[in-house]
Amino acid sequence: MDFSLVLFYAFGAVLVASTLAVIMVRNPVHAALFLVLAFFTAASLWLLLYAEFLAITLVLVYVGAVMVLFLFVVMMLDINIDLLRKGFWKYLPLAGGVGALMAAEMVSLLWRSVGGLNVGAAPPPGYSNTKELGRVLYTDYVFPFEIAAVILLVAIVAAIALTLRSRKETKYQDPQAQLAVKASDRLKIVKGAQP
Amino acid sequence: MIPLGHYLVLSALVFAIGVVGVFLNRKNLIILLMAIELMLLAVNMNFVAFSHALGDLSGQVFVFFILTVAAAESAIGLAILVALFRNLKSINVDDLGSLKG
Repeated sequence: MDFSLVLFYAFGAVLVASTLAVIMVRNPVHAALFLVLAFFTAASLWLLLYAEFLAITLVLVYVGAVMVLFLFVVMMLDINIDLLRKGFWKYLPLAGGVGALMAAEMVSLLWRSVGGLNVGAAPPPGYSNTKELGRVLYTDYVFPFEIAAVILLVAIVAAIALTLRSRKETKYQDPQAQLAVKASDRLKIVKGAQP
Repeated sequence: MIPLGHYLVLSALVFAIGVVGVFLNRKNLIILLMAIELMLLAVNMNFVAFSHALGDLSGQVFVFFILTVAAAESAIGLAILVALFRNLKSINVDDLGSLKG
């Protein structure tokens, strides 16, 4: 048996176990940490496919940014877990049945049709996945690339606009009002009694 | 070499686990978002496996775009979650019936 095949089975077992843990564990913080493990294992599996750039991107973007955001939100919110877990065991037989059926259908179809097809050979020495990906991305796919940038910009604006709130009790300076003030607004000259 | 079918079966399993996660954690919005991320990961793995098997980089470019959109989606989803928790003091899906749809 090939060594890469051994690695594939090991990583695949870890991936399936950690994804199962994500949906089964009680504590959302543990679920987020298991999701980090799942993404990391998936990145290793992509490395076995010689997709180096995407593997590193998965670790950077998902483990580095998205999962930190998830953990941040999970720890910030004060959640009553018992209320949210209600009905978990009641739905387990139905959900497990549907999931097992779905998996069995997909596996039987995929195994039959493409089971024998081999993943392509290793790229020649000197081949750079990142370089080739960049070449394709900036020539053939430059318009979708720009649209992706716009989508990210919209996401930034939307996330800030959704969570921004102006509290009533905060005291802050309003420069416009400060500049627009006149001496007559602040200073009142009263005539005193003549000596 | 690793046969293509191995990768497809693995990603089918991960996708099915993600669907089961949506079923099981119907009330917990955070775990729902995580299950969606799992399903996206399974789809991405399919794309990468086919891209390598067919020797065509377009699949990997597509994964790149899916990653972008998924990151944007989870950022907005978590922002909605935070705004929701501020107003309702709960992230239970059953409490979201204020529109009476």
